[in-house]
Amino acid sequence: MELLLIFISAAIVNNFVLAYFLGICPFIGVSNKVSSAFSMGMATTFVMTMAAIVTWMIYYLILQPFRLQFLQTVAFILVIASLVQFVEMFIKKASRPLYRALGIFLPLITTNCAIMGLALFSITREYNFYQAVVFAVGAGAGFTLAICLMAGIREDLELAEVPKPFRGAPITLIVAGIMALAFSGFAGMI
Amino acid sequence: MSPDLLIAVAAMGGLGLFFAAALAVADKKLRVEENPMIGRVHEVLPGANCGACGYAGCYDFAVQVVEGNAACNGCPVGGQDTADEVAAVVGIESVKSVRMVARVLCRGGRKEARNKETAYIGPGGCSVQNIVSGGNKVCIYGCLGGGDCVAACAFNAIYMNGNGLPAVVDEFCTGCGMCAAACPRNIIEIHPIDRDVFVFCKNHDGPKEANVLCDASCIGCGICARKSGGAISMTDNLAIIDYEKLDPETIPFDKCRSGAIGYLPGRAPAREAEMEESREVDLVKKIRPFSTTGRSIRKEPG
Repeated sequence: MELLLIFISAAIVNNFVLAYFLGICPFIGVSNKVSSAFSMGMATTFVMTMAAIVTWMIYYLILQPFRLQFLQTVAFILVIASLVQFVEMFIKKASRPLYRALGIFLPLITTNCAIMGLALFSITREYNFYQAVVFAVGAGAGFTLAICLMAGIREDLELAEVPKPFRGAPITLIVAGIMALAFSGFAGMI
Repeated sequence: MSPDLLIAVAAMGGLGLFFAAALAVADKKLRVEENPMIGRVHEVLPGANCGACGYAGCYDFAVQVVEGNAACNGCPVGGQDTADEVAAVVGIESVKSVRMVARVLCRGGRKEARNKETAYIGPGGCSVQNIVSGGNKVCIYGCLGGGDCVAACAFNAIYMNGNGLPAVVDEFCTGCGMCAAACPRNIIEIHPIDRDVFVFCKNHDGPKEANVLCDASCIGCGICARKSGGAISMTDNLAIIDYEKLDPETIPFDKCRSGAIGYLPGRAPAREAEMEESREVDLVKKIRPFSTTGRSIRKEPG
């Protein structure tokens, strides 16, 4: 039950994009088409889950025993960057179609603040291992939900007559703001 | 130095070393061998990733060329130069390729085409107009004038001329076909650049309707087909050219009273060019009174 709550909290109530404003760059950058937005969401979910597992282990097996918690930011950056590199190599070797599908998204995610935020959140909230994993999957699902909704709206926006100064990124940011307002309706439910 | 600092340095250094080593090993173990030729072919390709070759992008095309599944001249954007370079890299003989360009097969601009009595007011794109009400013009086959083709062109090779029709700049056109795909009326086609004669109309209506709704329409009279020796066939009131058999000498261009079949502007031989002019005078005399009095369709709405 608690795991379910963590999942829903991460996916909807405290959506990473719309409540914490993490991972805005891919949210704006890769939300032109629903299909590519979904790929990005899946790739992010995958990396988030991997990163949550590895950073949890680094923190509780290395940093905490040696009282090095103050190094967590640096350590996590190091871990996430290496991890994504490794995963990319592995996928390239293991599955060419999957590598093609994820394409440029995978290396892009390395520098995504949502991943870093996730790692830091699961430490400050003192989640145990399973909770951290569920939290990561939930956050990834929430990211996918947000970016796919955004892509759907933007596909329709293509047909709308948007005033010239608002075309492109500005109208997208306005839409993102309205979506965030809508999602704030979930605030306080959990 | 305090032991805390030493531990911190050791831990972070260790972590860094560990990951560096892991990545180095992974790079060796998981390396995917690629034919170095693919990279070299990819370098000589234009890199627009437009997909005109029929593959997912320039890289994919390079892979197919190296594996022998695609011809070296498969890239219509790069043209002959690229075909030669690709052939040189792969080590095969180059194939001659004719440059392809887009051709707009509708001459029903603002001057020629009749408008509906009700004006279309809404988003300007052709795709929208086509779905909503078919735009302003009566002709349901012709150019909508919304400029979807212009927006689709990645090479700035197509623009809307003063008459509300798209015009192709041959020098910039790469024949990628994005404009043809964007046109909801399918009036843009990709043709070899040395092709001069076209039927500049897609209207399948019968003679009466076709005559009224546009001054530049093919009314399906079939005069061009009768004299063409089988090169032109009539399908649903529209002349279709079979370029294999076509001999422009035999086509009575001056008999086509709307000028639907004819040479590209500036491509006609001297004799034809004269006729073109004289026919335009005829057009004004002959067709205008007929089309404006014959039906109640007005030129401007409102």
